[in-house]
Amino acid sequence: MTDTANITRRVVLGAGLAVAATAGFGGFARAADSVKLGVCIPAATHGFTGGIVWWANEAKKELEKAHPNLKITIKTASGAPEQANQLQDLVTVTKIDSLVIFPFESAALTQPVAQAKKKGVYVTVVDRGLTDTSAQDAYIAGDNTAFGRIPAEYIAKKYNGKANIVALRGIPTTIDNERWDAFTAVTKQHPGIKILDAKYANWNRDDAFKVTQDYLTRFKDIDVIWAADDDMAFGVLKAIEQAKRTDIKEVFGGAGSKSMVKTILDNSNPLIQADVSYSPKFIYDAIKMTAEARLKGGTLPATHILPSALITRDNAKEYYFPDSPY
Amino acid sequence: MPSAPTPATEVRTDAAAAPRKASRRFDPHRFGPLLGLALLLVVGTALNPDFATWDNLMNVLTRTAFIGIISIGMCFVIISGGIDLSVGSMAALIAGGMILVMNALAGSIASPVAVVAIGMVFAVTLGGGFGLMHGYLITRGRIEPFIVTLGTLGIFRAVLTWLADGGAITLDNSLSDAYGPVYYASLLGIPIPVWVFILAAVAGAVLLNRTPFGRYVQAIGSNEQVARFAAVDVDGVKLLTYGLLGVCVGIATLLYVPRLGSASPTTGLLWELEAIAAVIVGGTSFKGGEGRIAGTIIGAVLLSVISNILNLTSIISVYLNAAVQGCVIIAVAFLQRRRP
Repeated sequence: MTDTANITRRVVLGAGLAVAATAGFGGFARAADSVKLGVCIPAATHGFTGGIVWWANEAKKELEKAHPNLKITIKTASGAPEQANQLQDLVTVTKIDSLVIFPFESAALTQPVAQAKKKGVYVTVVDRGLTDTSAQDAYIAGDNTAFGRIPAEYIAKKYNGKANIVALRGIPTTIDNERWDAFTAVTKQHPGIKILDAKYANWNRDDAFKVTQDYLTRFKDIDVIWAADDDMAFGVLKAIEQAKRTDIKEVFGGAGSKSMVKTILDNSNPLIQADVSYSPKFIYDAIKMTAEARLKGGTLPATHILPSALITRDNAKEYYFPDSPY
Repeated sequence: MPSAPTPATEVRTDAAAAPRKASRRFDPHRFGPLLGLALLLVVGTALNPDFATWDNLMNVLTRTAFIGIISIGMCFVIISGGIDLSVGSMAALIAGGMILVMNALAGSIASPVAVVAIGMVFAVTLGGGFGLMHGYLITRGRIEPFIVTLGTLGIFRAVLTWLADGGAITLDNSLSDAYGPVYYASLLGIPIPVWVFILAAVAGAVLLNRTPFGRYVQAIGSNEQVARFAAVDVDGVKLLTYGLLGVCVGIATLLYVPRLGSASPTTGLLWELEAIAAVIVGGTSFKGGEGRIAGTIIGAVLLSVISNILNLTSIISVYLNAAVQGCVIIAVAFLQRRRP
């Protein structure tokens, strides 16, 4: 069903971008109260970044409609050097006055962003902080600590402080470490909770499948698998299904992807009861907050952490976005 | 090819080939990969008794089947002196393409089995087509195989990502149920993918060692000019090796899709390196000319046994998993090294 819809959307978006670019040049002499906002985000290479791109385009559509004097230019990059080049183009060619950037790498993008800020661009940094925070005006991010803390608290409460857990980890990064540290900080308070092992499965369905197969061979009594990501949870569920294991009571993913939230909403898999939100929607919020503050000539608070929340059947509806690819 | 096409070269190649063939039977280095695998099996059993269970061994062999089948095709390409870096991306695109085709057909064809059958034929055809396209660009276009397949590595994955909108392409549930047994069912206690893997290995070994095509592939790899002078249709044979690899990728993909029922931009990531590593660890010369299917199979199994053992134990930090893998690969390559 989505094929033609996708192509249509792409054509429409492409045209929209072209119009925006032309308008950007043509509108140069217009009143000072217009805002030219540049958005730099990673290209859609996996589910989560796919969601980022989709939400950024949603924000552009809605905000440009609501504010005719706002022009948003979105650039997607597949690496830090490409992103730095795009940023330079946005500043010198598109002449943006505000920027929302999801940096590919913290260290590599700090200098280019500082250069843009020096030229008077208002800078909002999303998700990955810069190494020198004086290069940004505002910082908006998801809550990685809560991403690890919430599932741990949920498991501890639901299983009365007594459970055998195996965990999957993502890719060795600071984000993954923050989540893992927050998770173990909670489980340490409950002597009845045992983490049998934690291995990297690279936020990837196939690796999660393999690692889980081996966990199931190795451990005969598992209560909960903390998959730590909805994509990885998908591989975990397949491995459990194949091994026909009945001792596992729950699989906890993470991020609140469309299909997981739907599973919770429909109660279609007894192993999936809850999730924690870490939605790519934060890019939408960041663009909206920045644009609206700049149109009023205001500024944003220096740091804004978007809370991660526990998703259960009671509130799953608020986290279900059927049109988003993620 | 650096050597000039003189009769002397031809004589030298023949002379070098003859004693090598004769000494094969007694060469202890030939058994390097097998020895390495045997050692790993002993170590694995000692570290965790669950390692030696039938279920675990079948798990390992089943997940090896994808890389294993691809590396059989890769073996031919490398023996002929070529390389294909695109197989992982190709598998991802075939997986995405066949899921889209099957989902689209599900509405108009009532029998899910028929839809799945069409999907499988589509996968193999698409793989073969991609392979022949590589071969054509390499032989007629005179572009280095490294460059052609590096290019398509990017193209295939980008097209899949575009089709998937950055997310995942998922097979319809009704089809998933019909297709699932291709990965999960067993025949005589052995999972279907392992049977296909065994058949592909036997077919590959026969093709390489018992047919003119196999001999031509080896001849081209050891000296392309000489092969040309010996009236071997070098371009045609090369074209076929890439086509064959494409078909292998198609077969691997049709076994892969029923496992998760989805394709995403991370599908088949780094499969090309695993397949190439399996071939080389198995004793095939990276320079071409000589290679073994049996060694390739052992190489592929060996690579997945290492990560299986690491998952079944926690004696070393998970941060060092890749280092252990690296050490074993180098050690096995050392065991089967060629004397100068």
